[in-house]
Amino acid sequence: MPKVQIPYSKRTLANGLDVIVHEDHQLPMVAVNIWYHVGSKNERPGHTGFAHLFEHLMFEGSEHHDHGYFPPLQRAGGLLNGSTNVDRTNYWEVVPTGALDLAMWMESDRMGYLLPALTEQKFNNQRDVVLNERRQNYENRPYGLAGVALSAAMFAPDHPYHWPTIGSAEDVRAARLEDVRAFFQTYYHAANASLSLAGDIETEQAFDLADKYFGSLPAGPAVDRVRVEAGLKESANLVLEDRVELPRLYIAWHSPAMFADGDAELDIVGDVLAHGKTSRLYKSLVYERRIATDVSAFQHSREMGGMFQLACTASAGIALAELNSAILGAVLDIANSGPTADEIERGVAQTEAQFIYRLQTIGGFGGKGDQLNAYNTFAGNPGYFDADRQRYFDVTRGGAAATVARWLVNAPSVSLSVVPKGRRDLALPGAIEVRVS
Amino acid sequence: MSVDRTRLPIPGPDRPFHFPRIVRRSLPNGLELRAVRHRSVPVVSAVLLVPGGSSVDPADGHGLVSITSGLLDEGSRGQSALDIAERVARIGGDLDVEVGMDAVAIGLTTLDRFFETGLALVHEIVTAPNLANDDFNRIRNLRLERLKQMKDHAAAIAERAFARVLYDSHPYGHLSLGSEPALSSMNVDAARAMHAAMFTPAGSTLVVVGDRAEEELLDVAAALFEPWRASASAMAINRGAALKTPPSMPQAALAVIARPGAAQSELRIGHVCAPRSTPDYPQLLMLNTILGGEFVSRLNLNLRESKGYTYGVRTGFNLRRGLGPFVMQTSVGTDVTGPAIREALAEIRAIADERPVTRDEVAQAFASLSKGYPRGFETAGQVARSVAQLALHNLPDTYFEEFVPRLAQVTADDVSAAARQYLAPAKMSTVIVGDLDKIHVSLPGLGLGPHQVLTTDF
Repeated sequence: MPKVQIPYSKRTLANGLDVIVHEDHQLPMVAVNIWYHVGSKNERPGHTGFAHLFEHLMFEGSEHHDHGYFPPLQRAGGLLNGSTNVDRTNYWEVVPTGALDLAMWMESDRMGYLLPALTEQKFNNQRDVVLNERRQNYENRPYGLAGVALSAAMFAPDHPYHWPTIGSAEDVRAARLEDVRAFFQTYYHAANASLSLAGDIETEQAFDLADKYFGSLPAGPAVDRVRVEAGLKESANLVLEDRVELPRLYIAWHSPAMFADGDAELDIVGDVLAHGKTSRLYKSLVYERRIATDVSAFQHSREMGGMFQLACTASAGIALAELNSAILGAVLDIANSGPTADEIERGVAQTEAQFIYRLQTIGGFGGKGDQLNAYNTFAGNPGYFDADRQRYFDVTRGGAAATVARWLVNAPSVSLSVVPKGRRDLALPGAIEVRVS
Repeated sequence: MSVDRTRLPIPGPDRPFHFPRIVRRSLPNGLELRAVRHRSVPVVSAVLLVPGGSSVDPADGHGLVSITSGLLDEGSRGQSALDIAERVARIGGDLDVEVGMDAVAIGLTTLDRFFETGLALVHEIVTAPNLANDDFNRIRNLRLERLKQMKDHAAAIAERAFARVLYDSHPYGHLSLGSEPALSSMNVDAARAMHAAMFTPAGSTLVVVGDRAEEELLDVAAALFEPWRASASAMAINRGAALKTPPSMPQAALAVIARPGAAQSELRIGHVCAPRSTPDYPQLLMLNTILGGEFVSRLNLNLRESKGYTYGVRTGFNLRRGLGPFVMQTSVGTDVTGPAIREALAEIRAIADERPVTRDEVAQAFASLSKGYPRGFETAGQVARSVAQLALHNLPDTYFEEFVPRLAQVTADDVSAAARQYLAPAKMSTVIVGDLDKIHVSLPGLGLGPHQVLTTDF
């Protein structure tokens, strides 16, 4: 395997902030990217949706710039955004090189001085925006609540992966400003963050800037890492009615955590089962038998444990039970004989190309700055790119088979039938109705 | 080092950026080639642009261009769809066929070492697809199922209804996927005829971008595509069909598609507007940025940041070869549907009337459009798509270099004049996909007259 790397330098400031710099002078632009190691898994039952709500408030102003964050940065030609998931929250700007100071000033101001600018009015407004985001992306979208129902069934109510990142509508409505302030004080500070600068900048200058803007900010309290064991005692068979035309079956299993043994194997197995026309399930269910309109498989790699998920939409008039047995049969085949050598070779070729494509952009979601922070936050090493790639080259037929046997075939699962309103008869036999709020 | 937190740092001067240099070659068969050297990672991108698109669908065959294009990678030269997919996967290729209203674009991104293999595959699927009856039926059924699923998707319903209300039977009045009755009565012979009529070297442009000398990129492309010949077709298509004038007024000023129990109302507001060739394009870009084109636009600051009605709102002048629409789109809480529409209409009217754009807004819009401009040329794929757009709209190779200087000349008065000329509140149509029982009381107050109820007859 030829070595490929995102060249970088890393230093940790006295306050614990990790700073990572990558030079790429192709465009006159610099990508600023910061990860806070906090996500919805740091929330408590009854107070869900805070990490994500915070992501919104972080754009509404800080003590020394008590106005929106978009106008000055967009006026400078910058692009900016942020996102929240169960494990982390990230914020980024891609700015012309001349506006780097501006981005650093603003990013550091909201790390160090957010709360003095946080008012009840901003809070109430963004809470309404988030409730609309929830309606738009979950409640008003076909199959939009399936993921929420699956997570709720896979994880016990007190497990941090039980609730969705967007939070329950009830919790978001009930959120109080003081709770949200306390959440910020606990998690949004230098020692719990990782900053990367990627693009048209000299390394030493980048470290100087990081020190200038972030060096004087407090480290903040130590954050206890959340570690909760997850597991299903027995399989569950659920049904959710939704405004959909075609029934869809989801099957989910607990799976290895990010970068753990078996994680890469399940990525490849997901490809072999359901990525592209040549995958086993597409070929069999959609192309040949024509009993399904689409099929997908995905290994959700996460810090405390993963979730391997298959989804398949039935063609009109086809029972989900027929899809279920075909899917479980295909999974069992892999546990028994593994993928073929050809399938592994193909999966690795696709994965390899994706790694290279990821080197094309400096910033934004998935750009090089984001990747450096991801590796630093989750693997403790920004240079993990090549080791990450290597995991896929190391996948063997036997290893993939053993992983599928252990995590899928010999483990309980959650099946979820999503059916049209009033058509519970289309669900897997014996499915129990589930409600999502 | 201490930080002065009393004011924001003022950005320094822009560093120079060299926009892509485009090298051209014309082939004897009429195909136009464009090459750009892009020094980055070893990745190449190609886009084959074939003018036509869904606007050349026959009047009784909506969806034909799309299904024909969709069949390209479903088997060629006697090989099956699975064989083709296998070959794409082996090179880690990213192959996509995009059907627009004005053109079909076949795009490929692959690793540099697979450039020849990948481009040969593009040539093969475009010039020698099997277009077999069994594959046609399979793909048609998948599309019929997709149409069924679209009936559950508020945004898809709104897109479709909006196009119909604005354009009626004009070629821009239907979406590329087509309709259930049209797809149901279509056969593979029509797809074969459409393929022969539309996929011709003359008029098409192939753009190749990668880290190789331009002449080398062109040589590879020329060697593969020189033998391409148009074949005789039973079908005559009019690539200028979309240039005919659309209806001057929408079919309805206020239309509702009922979606009982919907958590939100999906909205489209707009009217038929202008072609891409308008000389006022820079003014319209500025106008859009100020009105609804970025986070700090008037509409988003009002509807999202001030009122909390929505997760976001945006506008666009979707300019095409023929007259494209101006459109505002958003999704708002059911209970605020009436107020949200009122605010949106008021903002659109105001920018063309009592609240013309300010110099400060123009400065903001110019800065965000110009200073971030180089970002659009970071990847080989971005460059290839941008160059293909130049070909589609007959724009000069110097377009990228000239874009910012041209934009810099636009004044606040120019933008206000464009707002008055191109925004037409009297021609405006509002389309709502939402819970009619809950929102109907708020509709008369909008002053748009009685609402028309439309169905989702896809």
